[in-house]
Amino acid sequence: MLLAIDTSAGSSVAVVDLDRGILAERASSDTRRHAEVIGSFIVECLAESGVTPTALSGVAAGMGPGPFTGLRVGIAAAQAFALAIGKPVVRVVSHDAVASAHYALGGSKPMLVVTDARRREVYWSAYRGIDEAGLPERVDGPALVRPADLPEAVPDYDGYARLDAAEVSAGALGMLAERMFANGRTFAGAAPLYLRSPDVTVSAGPKRVS
Amino acid sequence: MTAIEQPLVLGIETSCDETGIGIVRGNKLLANVIASSMEEHARYGGVVPEIAARAHLEALTPAIEAALAEAGVNLAAIDAVAVTSGPGLAGALMVGVGAAKALAVALNRPLYAVNHLVGHVGADVLRDDGTEIVLPTVALLVSGGHTSLLLVRDLVSDVELLGETIDDAAGEAFDKVARLLGLPYPGGPEIDRAAVGGNPNAIRFPRGLALPKDLEKHRYDFSFSGLKTAVARWVEQKRDAGESVPVADVAAGFREAVADVLLTKALNACRDLGVPRLLLGGGVVANARVREIAAERCAVEGIELRIPPLALCTDNGAMIAALAAQLIAAGHPPSGLDFSADSTLPVTSIQV
Ligand SMILES: [Zn+2]
Repeated sequence: MLLAIDTSAGSSVAVVDLDRGILAERASSDTRRHAEVIGSFIVECLAESGVTPTALSGVAAGMGPGPFTGLRVGIAAAQAFALAIGKPVVRVVSHDAVASAHYALGGSKPMLVVTDARRREVYWSAYRGIDEAGLPERVDGPALVRPADLPEAVPDYDGYARLDAAEVSAGALGMLAERMFANGRTFAGAAPLYLRSPDVTVSAGPKRVS
Repeated sequence: MTAIEQPLVLGIETSCDETGIGIVRGNKLLANVIASSMEEHARYGGVVPEIAARAHLEALTPAIEAALAEAGVNLAAIDAVAVTSGPGLAGALMVGVGAAKALAVALNRPLYAVNHLVGHVGADVLRDDGTEIVLPTVALLVSGGHTSLLLVRDLVSDVELLGETIDDAAGEAFDKVARLLGLPYPGGPEIDRAAVGGNPNAIRFPRGLALPKDLEKHRYDFSFSGLKTAVARWVEQKRDAGESVPVADVAAGFREAVADVLLTKALNACRDLGVPRLLLGGGVVANARVREIAAERCAVEGIELRIPPLALCTDNGAMIAALAAQLIAAGHPPSGLDFSADSTLPVTSIQV
């Protein structure tokens, strides 16, 4: 059983189990209230699922891509929760959860997941389909691009069914993590997928005042 | 929860560029771990919020583990979790808030969201020199992020803002003047070093908001942007005239102007309010001349000066834990789980 948290778009929290599926899920599409809702969402998911923190085998964290400030809230919460219960954090690319949820509804065709990166840019990831274990196969991305440049940036753009996602489900993310673990897959790395440098410039020197 | 006299509290502070984790038992300091991203900001000449926030996320778990090891306790023993919810950099604060909420929920412990500035005052209860904080006190809190003058009647229930900077924080002014003198970041220690042997009275730089007409409206407020510009203009004139810049005198004169105006206003407050106590906090307290002037003038006026140890003056989690421990001992209920990070949280909100 996992607690799953994703704040790469809105805020989403879930408690999932490999066999029993999504036991509880809370979500908000508000992209400005991650820090407010995160605590209550966790409490509500635990209460509704009847799962105590110590019964969890780990915490799944959506690592983005996503706008920085919100994305960090979920990762910070996932890490702290895992530390408190003495269990591991398993990290998942958030787009993989979107693809996984899509393929779970049936179908196996190539798809392109696109999410808002703000500042007139989008994040994208391309999936060939699903593998023998039913897990999404990402062949390109995640990457950052201006919407108009997407067809050029994605190799064989027309071969994909495009899915613009406004939300990432922590339930889907948690279930993907459970299945990745069950199939011995490698999880994402510890670094959040910001895909942008902090936008700062080194100034040439102090400006004259007189 | 019922009031616990000596609660074991873990405090999380991420309001600026220091990731601070502190553990206290009541007013006893058990651990004070600080991970700073200062070096990453050096090439930009000031704190870059996004860089600070990224660094907090990386540093948080190791810092919590280090603090637990230093205190010799495990998380299960913690009675409460405390976190800075403001004021500070929004994105940086949110990292601590997210972590603190999850930690409190996972441990099933109460969570206290507290005010960073009041935390600086709270640091004073952790002194282990056998003395205790005496209230009311005037508190002068000066760092790269804030310059505030408070009247603290009660640490957990009655804090008033007397004044604050209307433009740059004093620490920022140090950074900017250091930069125009060609000195590296952070400016405080560099200006201190450069001022050695300089004559603080060779150049008279202006004291912000010190004129009678300014004092009417801004008796306890500060302004450092005019001072910074005055120093820049002075240096430019020298350079334009092809003369060498007497760096030691400029540094000493600038530092004198900052320290003078800080202490003049703080002591005015002590006198006006009849409070014979002044407490200093914030990173700028590390500045030797600021401490010196404070000691001299307080001695002359018969004002008791209190300066917590330097590791408790700069931003840290122990002061946040200490303030929460005081709130708990006074029977205050925990914060709800729905509070947000508030970059402009007023000092009157001691707990959110
Ligand atoms: Zn501070």
